[in-house]
Amino acid sequence: MLLNRILSHDLPRSRWLALALLIVLVALAVAPFAFPGVKALSVAAKALVFILLVASFDLLLGYTGIVSFAHTMFFGIGAYGVAIASTRMEPGFAAVLVGTAAALLVSLLLSLVIGLFSLRVKAIFYAMITLAVASAFQTLASQLSDFTGGEDGLSFKNPPWLSPSFEPFEAPFLGVTIDGKIFTYYLIFTVVVVLVLALLRIVNSPFGRVLQAIRENDFRAEAIGFRTVVYRTWSNVLSALFATVAGALLALWLRYVGPDTTLSFEIMLDILLIVVIGGMGTIYGAVVGSALFVLAQNYLQDLLKLGAVALEGVPVLSQVVTPDRWLLWLGVLFVLSVYHFPTGVVGRLRAARRRD
Amino acid sequence: MTANLLELKGVHTHIGAYHILHGVDFVVPQGQVTMLLGRNGAGKTTTLRTIMGLWPASKGEITFRGQPLNGVPTPDIAASGIAYVPENMGIFTDLTVKENIVLAARSARHEGELDKARLTWIFGLFPALQKFWLYPAGKLSGGQKQMLAVARAICEPRALILIDEPSKGLAPSIIQNLISAFRELKAQQTTILLVEQNFMMAKALGDQVAVMDDGRVVHTGTMAELAQDTSLQHRLLGLSLGAHA
Amino acid sequence: MNTTVVPVATPPQAIPKASFDWKPVLLLVGLMLAAIPAIGSTSSWITLTFAGLAMGLIIFVIASGLTLVFGLMDVLNFGHGVFIALGAFMATTVMGGMAVFADQGALQALLAIFCAMLVAMAVAGGVGLAFERVIVRPVYGLHLKQILITMGGMIVGEEIIKVIWGPLQIALPLPEPLRGAFFFGDAGIEKYRIVASLVGLAVFGLLVWTLSRTKVGLLIRAGVQDREMVESLGYRIKRLFVGVFAAGSALAGLGGVMWGLYQQSVTPQIGAQVNVLIFIVIIIGGLGSTLGCFIGALLVGLLANYTGFLAPKVALFSNIGLMVAILLWRPQGLYPVTNR
Repeated sequence: MLLNRILSHDLPRSRWLALALLIVLVALAVAPFAFPGVKALSVAAKALVFILLVASFDLLLGYTGIVSFAHTMFFGIGAYGVAIASTRMEPGFAAVLVGTAAALLVSLLLSLVIGLFSLRVKAIFYAMITLAVASAFQTLASQLSDFTGGEDGLSFKNPPWLSPSFEPFEAPFLGVTIDGKIFTYYLIFTVVVVLVLALLRIVNSPFGRVLQAIRENDFRAEAIGFRTVVYRTWSNVLSALFATVAGALLALWLRYVGPDTTLSFEIMLDILLIVVIGGMGTIYGAVVGSALFVLAQNYLQDLLKLGAVALEGVPVLSQVVTPDRWLLWLGVLFVLSVYHFPTGVVGRLRAARRRD
Repeated sequence: MTANLLELKGVHTHIGAYHILHGVDFVVPQGQVTMLLGRNGAGKTTTLRTIMGLWPASKGEITFRGQPLNGVPTPDIAASGIAYVPENMGIFTDLTVKENIVLAARSARHEGELDKARLTWIFGLFPALQKFWLYPAGKLSGGQKQMLAVARAICEPRALILIDEPSKGLAPSIIQNLISAFRELKAQQTTILLVEQNFMMAKALGDQVAVMDDGRVVHTGTMAELAQDTSLQHRLLGLSLGAHA
Repeated sequence: MNTTVVPVATPPQAIPKASFDWKPVLLLVGLMLAAIPAIGSTSSWITLTFAGLAMGLIIFVIASGLTLVFGLMDVLNFGHGVFIALGAFMATTVMGGMAVFADQGALQALLAIFCAMLVAMAVAGGVGLAFERVIVRPVYGLHLKQILITMGGMIVGEEIIKVIWGPLQIALPLPEPLRGAFFFGDAGIEKYRIVASLVGLAVFGLLVWTLSRTKVGLLIRAGVQDREMVESLGYRIKRLFVGVFAAGSALAGLGGVMWGLYQQSVTPQIGAQVNVLIFIVIIIGGLGSTLGCFIGALLVGLLANYTGFLAPKVALFSNIGLMVAILLWRPQGLYPVTNR
């Protein structure tokens, strides 16, 4: 079937999961029209970017079994690439393309170097080294202010078609004025859908299967004849490249890049949280997880706020049930997930199906 | 009759998906040396490790002094009076010879608390250990490391000593040393379960014999019987030993 | 009973040398010497070197627990930073409470700091016990899950710290009598740095003594090499591990106090920030090696101060550069622990 081929034969295998995915897809597809308002569209765009970002991380963690803390670095490279190009050159598609291409090149080289250098060592070494490298990169970005705008970041203009002030149609369409923002949104949507399908194709290919073999037992994979270093490096590089594109997309949406929009450790933690809670090694986990996460981050905090108001005055509880401390709850959920739900939301949904 | 210090009944061991021991049955009588013989891969090392609890037995019973050893954690098994000298000797290479021995002597907190008489006896058996007392064990030769491994097992009285292929890769003169040491232990009524491929050593020391093949014990009996029956030797061990002493 | 012992023919190079590997120490000394011409003035060199050594010793206190825990039980605690933060914040509470007392004189100030250290160690050690039981124990041997779950533990811990002490930066000023510096000619050596150095050296001395002179230390060193064999000798090494973990956490707490006083302020992110630094240090030193951790920490401290003076922009990468350089020389760290 056509669906089978599009999804590279990696079907959801669960009614519930398929339903969830469909809801996410449709909701994101019609977001500008179904959920009018600046905030709602922002949430949708952020969800899209995260879907791509986390899915690319799943390739590395879920399928290859490598923990890397440098993912946000590649995310940032993509964003800064577009930003720097758009500020140095005339803003326009040329700048965006040049910026993205340059960013991809930098990511390629960097991920190659990191991969070849550290993938020969134990996983723990690698995790620590990527932590150090990412941290250094973050400081670098805020230090090279001439180049990167330092702490303040860079604001820039999008290509004309993607600019918010671009309104090609006088009359509103389906109740919404079509402007550059909507075009940007659909650009992001298309790119993300295509790349996620590409990721599905990658993980279901012979290459992807070797990755999984390496994840399960690298000693054995090496014994069979696969040069694990090569495969791991490739996984590292691909994952970095996809993250870079996600960064470029984010830059186009925000029209601003700073050290904390892409490089912060909080974002790295968010990625980890999503991929674990969503379900490692599934790609769909990234989709469902990111959507849930971004929704929660923006709307659950309102819920927590209500809770805080209700518990006002209660000594400890009021401090704990506040929107500021939502990371606490997320952290607890994360720890519980690693133990009790190692297959994440996706795994649970699939298990539910088997019980039917 | 001498009581059986150690008994294995129908012991199975799985390592991951591999079924290594398929129902091992034999006994180790008190005060005697029992040889565990067999080809490479027969399951001898696995048997010792299972007794020590390093690999759990999936089925069957292991009894030591009448008490079950199944599911008991390794440190407790060791503390109940069993010393283990593994195939790779388990020498702590960064520690000195002295520190290796102090560690093995559970009741000693430092060198001063070691049993002097026993130490003298050990030095008599293995003079090299006294010579290299303060040197890192990692710098010793293979034979000296083996001596240290055995010395660790005997620095305090133990009811049962499990030894895995001590003669592997050692020069004949050192093997003679080991044989003398084990003979002395025997004289002190120590029970030994010895895995050996060196049949000469086995003949010199063994009282009882258990032969393994493919994860099972295929023959038990006295060493005297086995030593005299060359066709049995050939059948069980695939060796033709002739009259080599 | 007469034993005929066949004399063992001693091979030609019979006596093995119990030699100590001096090269990393020489590297340390070399760095200090190389800095003299680079910096120019002797007085600046003295100030910077002392500052670097003090910083290095504080880092050592924090990292020592982590490297032992890893070496002994193969557990990498990505949440080690939470104990640092806990210690630092406990210090703000204790020092804040004793502020008036501490300002009365040098002795009182030292006493106050001591109290802060003891309280921090007790609290951090206690939390460490709970952390080991709840978070670490279920994932022994599963490296991937360890990384994830200890990281999760740190997130939760950091948030709880924010609940108790608030999310903002808190000042941790030195008591009046300990501010300022001693001057030897032009060279100024800050008073607090001397205190920190002494504490750091004391911790190092205590660790080395425990490891080489006590049975517990013997067990730890042996366990780092071959856990299975230690168990086969009859020791419940798992119990020992809990103790080492708690001790490591307590040391991190102590380090947190010292670090907080060094920076004179404390933020909830302090754990995550120092995390990166200590990982670099234990990689440089060799996972599981106390001496390596010591030399590595001193190298990092010195380099940070030298480059901070000479080329501030480079300072940020000096750590990573050092790590890369050392790994190229010795891929397993300065003092690799020969493993099982």
